[in-house]
Amino acid sequence: MAYLKKSPWLLHYDASSCNGCDIELLACLTPLYDVERFGIINTGNPKHADVFVITGGINELNREVVKNTYEQIPDPKVVVAVGICACSGGVFRECYNMAGGVDQVIPVDVYVPGCAARPESIIDGIVKALGILEEKREEMKEKEKKHGN
Amino acid sequence: MGYEPGGGHVTSIITALAFVVLAPLVGGLVAGVDRKITARMQGRVGPPILQPFYDVAKLFEKEDVTVTPSQNLYIVAYLVFMIVSGAYFFAGGDFLLVIFAFTLAHVFIVLGAYAAYSPYSHIGAERELITLMAYEPMVIFTAVGLYMVTGSFYISDIATSTVPAILYLPGVFVGFLVILTIKLRKSPFDISTSHHAHQELVKGLTTEFAGPVLGKIEIAHWYETVVLLGMIYLFFGFNPVLAIVVIALAYLLEIFIDNTFSRMKWQWTMKSGWGVAATLGFLNLVIVYYLYMGV
Amino acid sequence: MNELIFLILFPCIIAFILLLLPNNRIRDAIVALSGLVISIGSIYLFATSFTGGSVYFPFPFEPTAQVMFVIEMAIALLLLYLGVKFKQYIAVLLVLVQTAVMLYFEMTMAHGLEPMRNLFIDEFSIIMALIIGIIGSLIALYATSYMNTYHEHHPEVRDRRRMFFFVIFVFLSAMFGLVFSNNLLWVFFFWEITTLSSFLLIGYSESEVATNNAFLALKLNLLGGIAFAASFLYLASVDPSGGLLELDTLIASGQSIAIVPAVLICFAGLTKAAQMPFSAWLVGAMVAPTPVSALLHSSTMVKAGVYIIVRFAPVLLGTLAGIAFGLVGAVTFLVASAIAISQTNAKKVLAYSTIANLGLIVACASVGTPELVWAAIMLIIFHAVAKSLLFLCVGTVEHRTGSRDIEDMDGLIVRFPKIAVMMATGIAGMFLAPFGMLISKWAAIEGFIDAPFGIVFVTILAFGSAVTVFFWAKWMGKILSVTPYGENLEGSVSRAKWVVLSSLTVLTVLAALLFPLVSSVLIEPYVLGIYGETARLAQDNIIIMLLMILLLLILPLSLYTSSKESRKLPVYMGGRPTTPDLKFAGSLGIQREMTTRNYYFEEYFGEKKLLHYSNPLCVLLILVAAALVAWGMSQGVVM
Repeated sequence: MAYLKKSPWLLHYDASSCNGCDIELLACLTPLYDVERFGIINTGNPKHADVFVITGGINELNREVVKNTYEQIPDPKVVVAVGICACSGGVFRECYNMAGGVDQVIPVDVYVPGCAARPESIIDGIVKALGILEEKREEMKEKEKKHGN
Repeated sequence: MGYEPGGGHVTSIITALAFVVLAPLVGGLVAGVDRKITARMQGRVGPPILQPFYDVAKLFEKEDVTVTPSQNLYIVAYLVFMIVSGAYFFAGGDFLLVIFAFTLAHVFIVLGAYAAYSPYSHIGAERELITLMAYEPMVIFTAVGLYMVTGSFYISDIATSTVPAILYLPGVFVGFLVILTIKLRKSPFDISTSHHAHQELVKGLTTEFAGPVLGKIEIAHWYETVVLLGMIYLFFGFNPVLAIVVIALAYLLEIFIDNTFSRMKWQWTMKSGWGVAATLGFLNLVIVYYLYMGV
Repeated sequence: MNELIFLILFPCIIAFILLLLPNNRIRDAIVALSGLVISIGSIYLFATSFTGGSVYFPFPFEPTAQVMFVIEMAIALLLLYLGVKFKQYIAVLLVLVQTAVMLYFEMTMAHGLEPMRNLFIDEFSIIMALIIGIIGSLIALYATSYMNTYHEHHPEVRDRRRMFFFVIFVFLSAMFGLVFSNNLLWVFFFWEITTLSSFLLIGYSESEVATNNAFLALKLNLLGGIAFAASFLYLASVDPSGGLLELDTLIASGQSIAIVPAVLICFAGLTKAAQMPFSAWLVGAMVAPTPVSALLHSSTMVKAGVYIIVRFAPVLLGTLAGIAFGLVGAVTFLVASAIAISQTNAKKVLAYSTIANLGLIVACASVGTPELVWAAIMLIIFHAVAKSLLFLCVGTVEHRTGSRDIEDMDGLIVRFPKIAVMMATGIAGMFLAPFGMLISKWAAIEGFIDAPFGIVFVTILAFGSAVTVFFWAKWMGKILSVTPYGENLEGSVSRAKWVVLSSLTVLTVLAALLFPLVSSVLIEPYVLGIYGETARLAQDNIIIMLLMILLLLILPLSLYTSSKESRKLPVYMGGRPTTPDLKFAGSLGIQREMTTRNYYFEEYFGEKKLLHYSNPLCVLLILVAAALVAWGMSQGVVM
């Protein structure tokens, strides 16, 4: 049974976003878009999260933080990079303190480009991520079975 | 002491078993309705009614991660004692013993949070103890008030009593509603941990619980909700239909309060809990004690 | 009767032997052996006489009483000497007053007194004897090992271990004497011996603080002693034949005669049980070595105070004076529990919790209905077991870690796993269902509702038990928190200590399992014998509670049953990379360490702040009780 798809809990991390994407992400929770319709909740706690949503590019200071937070999320988990900065570093790509996109530090499953990414595309990206989440769950289950035998 | 409970043992066992099986369903539905109504109050569509079940089912699909294995032990104990005390409530047992068994269950979740040795769950645990301290007197007053009016500490006797308890205990009832807000972890008293998408101290008490363990905590909370609503019933045992209506209204009121207030400091929780106990609860009991019981 | 005399005299003889022995293994062996003999003796006493009800023995009054009088005067001289030496003139004054009262009594009234039935035994005495015999011996055994370490850790303290063990065993002897005496003069004699023992042991380290606290304890206890002595003047003037000096005759003589001595003696009980406003001495007594705190200041000596009040419960029943004393106990319970929240020193928390529980017992006994007396005796038993366990655990931890501060007990479960589990058991025994203290508290709530002014007591109890949950649970959480660092240091704890600690842990659990048996075999017959009716818990509740205990015992097994190990993740530190011992880079790259601290709420529950209100209130209540009795006497009614 795939309850995972019906109850994805998000963890939102602002790596070094200009807050444009953050505002759009939070707009998803407002009455207009109301992602809680799909059981989506914005938790503040990696240990409760299934979907790790990152806005902004990774800089040298929060590199470890992003890694650490990612490790704290129990499997299965997916990472969604929201906004062009999170995807590739965006206009800040060449800055001296930037490491680049999120995928420089942790594996990214879904890229949602845009500056800022529109709520519709964010929701679309997260729904895509749910499919990957489900695949990962299947994988995890099979691994467990093999391990069990 | 000295009384034997009314009603046969067979009925007690049946009602207790019914509680064990049905309470999670009822509690989960109540939580679902709660989220739906909350969403509507905020002008949103809200999740499906069955969303809490999806959430818990998902949690059981997740990986089992802990900081220390002993956490699991405490949470199992929390769930087990929540079920045991709830079952004893619905079996018609002694109200005070039910209350103390609930305290035991709560101490277990607090210990689980302490066990992790995490800054967030530590403060959550301390605050949970504060809420425990805040509501305990009023809960005992509720039991004592119902005893004074119905003459028994046994839930079976209180629930089937024909005395309109609410008419004698309006103050106690209002006091109970206040601590119900604390016990249901509703704003303004959701200081230790909170529901839905609310965040406080990351997630306070439950920060370090993940996956199936968190699922168990949710289930325990469903059990608890049912018992708490059952306690409201005791004030209206003389008229079951009225009782059900009042339970629905009371829960609606709690949702309304949740959505109207912001979270307050812990001092507020203490003052509210002890305040209603010392004023409404105490005065009501004194009046009943001298006028009704005629001691 | 021989068993009683044996139990009184045997520890006394051992005491003199120990006075002669130097520090060596022989002494330890003698302490252990005689402890075994004493506990077997008290169990034998229980086995042979629990079915017999109250039995009175005509032990000859005359030569014994004279010996006692001589010893009393010798004690007075000793105290006078010490009082002058340390310039404690108030203590000197109190000793003089008390001695004057006793001398006056001896000179003018004692002639012709011929109380016959001087020794007795009933179910309540058996309970007390079991507590003294078993717990007392265990603590004495623990002390052998503890005192060795104590002197290693405190080279500045003069080694007076001979005196230490001498006093401990004299004390045990006196406690047996106290609970077996039916003659009030004898009760008083043993009472004074326990006061002296407490005084000597508190001052053991001879530091300035210890000496001052010892004299504080002495002064407050002497206040009670004077009241106790004054009751003899009254009794002898009412009945010159001395018949009323027999405890059972006095209690049976009816309230109009017994209320005055009852109030005087119960006042003495309040001082001995460290009720407010006299509570300061028990807190100060915590400077004594930990076995002393466990033995005298939690499980036995302070119980003498409540013992005598429970004895007089039928006299106090239904009187306003009894209610006033009950309120003193209830206020003490609430306020002492609240103060315990604000304390970080583990021994002080234990001291305040002891004061609080004694307060609850006083409240139950002073109101005095059968249900409440049942609850009071239950409280005495459970408190003695669980609290002595806690004291000894704290003592052990203190010697290993050098701190008795609760804030230093983080991760005790990692460093001292067994001791932490034992300590947690003791704490659970103090406040959680289905353990004893909670059962008794519950019985007390149900008992108070139907008593006069019950609603006030129930209110105080409701708030008090809420507060109790808070300070115990946060301590328990502290010791059970699993720190990711720290190594097991338990290996260095001596065997004698393990024996004692594990026995007490088993006793704590057993007491909870066997309490229905204890109730039906000892407490219910006692209450029935006094009141003609008794109280007990309903069968269904007992079954549920036993089920709960079994569940608690089974649950830890679930640790071993889960098929697969869950993956371990470090705690959430806001995403900061953290070392295994919880150090992280703070702002500006400064390394910081994560530590947790409990709430103490000094601004709400501070010691000074609360005592500022409660002490005057309790003084007022005691004065009200005295005024009521005096007025009642003048009007010829019992108030």
